[in-house]
Amino acid sequence: MAADTASVRVSPRRPRLSRADGVRLTVVVVFIALVELLCRTGVIALSVMIAPSAMAAHCVQILRAGTFDHDIAVSLGNIVAAAILSVLLGFAVGVLLHSAPRARAAIEPLLSAYYAVPTFVFYPVFIVILGVGAAPIIAIAVLLAVVSMVTATLNGLDRIPRSLHKTALVLRLSPLQSALRIKLPAALPYLFTGMKLSVAYAFIGVIASEFILSGEGLGYAIGYAYNNFQNRDMYALMFLVLVLVTAINMVLNTIDRRLQARRRR
Amino acid sequence: MKTLSNTLAVILIMLVVWQALHALAGNGALTSPWDTVRELASLLGSSDFWPHVLETLQALVLALLIGVIGGLALGMTLGMYRMAREVAEPILLNLYSLPKVTLYPLVLLAFGLGLPAKVAFGVMHGLIPITVFTMNAIAQMRPVFLRVAATQRLTPARAMWHIVLPAILPEVVSGLRLGFSLTLLGVLIGEMFASQRGLGHLIINAMNLGDIKTIMAVALLLILFALACNGLLMRLGRRLAHY
Repeated sequence: MAADTASVRVSPRRPRLSRADGVRLTVVVVFIALVELLCRTGVIALSVMIAPSAMAAHCVQILRAGTFDHDIAVSLGNIVAAAILSVLLGFAVGVLLHSAPRARAAIEPLLSAYYAVPTFVFYPVFIVILGVGAAPIIAIAVLLAVVSMVTATLNGLDRIPRSLHKTALVLRLSPLQSALRIKLPAALPYLFTGMKLSVAYAFIGVIASEFILSGEGLGYAIGYAYNNFQNRDMYALMFLVLVLVTAINMVLNTIDRRLQARRRR
Repeated sequence: MKTLSNTLAVILIMLVVWQALHALAGNGALTSPWDTVRELASLLGSSDFWPHVLETLQALVLALLIGVIGGLALGMTLGMYRMAREVAEPILLNLYSLPKVTLYPLVLLAFGLGLPAKVAFGVMHGLIPITVFTMNAIAQMRPVFLRVAATQRLTPARAMWHIVLPAILPEVVSGLRLGFSLTLLGVLIGEMFASQRGLGHLIINAMNLGDIKTIMAVALLLILFALACNGLLMRLGRRLAHY
């Protein structure tokens, strides 16, 4: 999804803040202000949702006090592990499938139906195979995240221009040289799109698994706070997750934009 | 035909791997393919099981209806204006990559336990992909279509119905495929917490009891159902692309 969207209208030299960025910022600020107003005036009851400013304030407070440091560290560790694993695995599987067209033709229709499978259902199976702890959670996140990397790798390898293959032949590069100096750089923008999605899915996979099945981590902490009516903690943690996801997305999108711009040259 | 036989080969390999994993992990961890099919057959034969299936189907259909209509309307509105698209897209993609379970307490507090919460959860998962696909399909539509609408002096509503919608239909169907999968996932997750009925509830119950056999059987049913619906949508998309 992000692959086609990013390629539509990104010009190579773009001002640091476009008009759309300004409008978007305004929209988000107005929206938050509106929610704040609704909460403060009691239209949204305090038992349903606390005001955004209160969420932010309490979030800073729990970060200072370090109440949830352990959970945050556990979740981030799992997310990083799952993201790295799924990028490496997805890349390897993508390269393998690309070199075996028959296997690819058979597997691709199944890939497109992949997200319909509720992966976390297999958690008990993973527990028996991998033991209790971080491993089954990482495994579920990898299952969720790996497919977008496979698809992106296939897509990237498909779109290496043929003239580049010919260049490699003319220059008499060895297969390894041509892979490292020509194919990898040419496919990089597509690969990065896959990485971006993998990180997003790793995030979703880890937090969701923790929420449903674990005894530690951010997802667990949110569920625990909910079950014990600790609304302030719960909303502060939700706020933290929202900020984390947005920050990671913004960084990845900036890199993505640069790479896409390079592709157009 | 060749693709079909290839896909069958893949399914066969997956069955072999499944059987091998079963042999490796033992009956307590992973039910064998044959036992899973038998368990599913006996589930389908029992009268206790069907209310759960219907409950999930009902939530799924409602969530899909809202997701599709809402996603189309939102995607078409945003897609027609370049500025709106540029403003909305990063926000939508950000919401898409947010782990939506974290918002689940909010949904429960707003909707209470039961059907509305499940449907809301399904919509939260499915609405955004449908919106984004629709929006981008309009952005990439050939400009000549809109000029035709202008020369025919169609009202915006008629231009949408007679020109834009038919032009973007294949992309809408691909968005629908992803949207369908995610809506099903959302409804199931919703049922796991917010309901006493439905397949999601059956799964979380079986998880807590360590009842692997039921989990595998329900998962198999869900996978077959999802694959079948996906296949139908894929064929529909291919047929529409011929126009």
